[in-house]
Amino acid sequence: MADVITLTYDISPDDFTRAGEASSDVKSKLKQMGVPPEAIRKVSIALYEGEINMVIHAEGGRITVEISPQRIYMVLADKGPGIPDIEKAMQAGWSTAPDEVRSLGFGAGMGLPNMKKYSDEMNIETEIGVGTTVTMSVNIA
Amino acid sequence: MTIEELLKKEMFRTVNPGEDKERQITGVFCCDLLSIAMGKAPADCAWVTVMGNVNTIAVATLADVSCVVMAEGVQLDETARARAKEQGVTVLATEEPVFEAALNIYRELESAGA
Repeated sequence: MADVITLTYDISPDDFTRAGEASSDVKSKLKQMGVPPEAIRKVSIALYEGEINMVIHAEGGRITVEISPQRIYMVLADKGPGIPDIEKAMQAGWSTAPDEVRSLGFGAGMGLPNMKKYSDEMNIETEIGVGTTVTMSVNIA
Repeated sequence: MTIEELLKKEMFRTVNPGEDKERQITGVFCCDLLSIAMGKAPADCAWVTVMGNVNTIAVATLADVSCVVMAEGVQLDETARARAKEQGVTVLATEEPVFEAALNIYRELESAGA
């Protein structure tokens, strides 16, 4: 895997039955490429949390994953409402998820904290009414 | 202890056998909030829960648990069952409460020395 491989996924809004399909696909591709299991697990968890966030809070969006021999670089871009207070959003337990989302087992306010925990680098760019772009990278070995 | 060995104890019903019965189970984890389970369930554990929707299967796959155990007689819904089959996730079920189900697996792990 000398070259950079790029994968792109469009995420549909409000579709919880499909949420996780992009992350699962990335996971199986990384497995085929022989990426170490610990890196795969980190990418899977971080990406799934991001994917769920896009389904819950934004009107869906687009996920781009670049896989190089050194690292896995993920860009999650949405045209959602933006995050008014990133510091609060990063606090474990802080959530603005609606009740129907909570009844599915989400909305515990662990999304962004989990993304930070499982990625080696994370950056959030957000503008109210315009959207949010989260970039994360996971180093391979 | 492998999934196959756990199945042989006949403590649980098999909802979906999964694709890798030789897979090791190295611990037990209990939680129903998927947001917590996603970040905290250790890889290769048996995950005991009463949350039986399709997202449970997604979390099981992505957090890389060995198997899911549905406690309290809770059923996986149809979509979740189909997804478990498609993704090859082992799902077991019991009428027992979460704690007892987890304790029984733990005891088996202890006696298997793993």
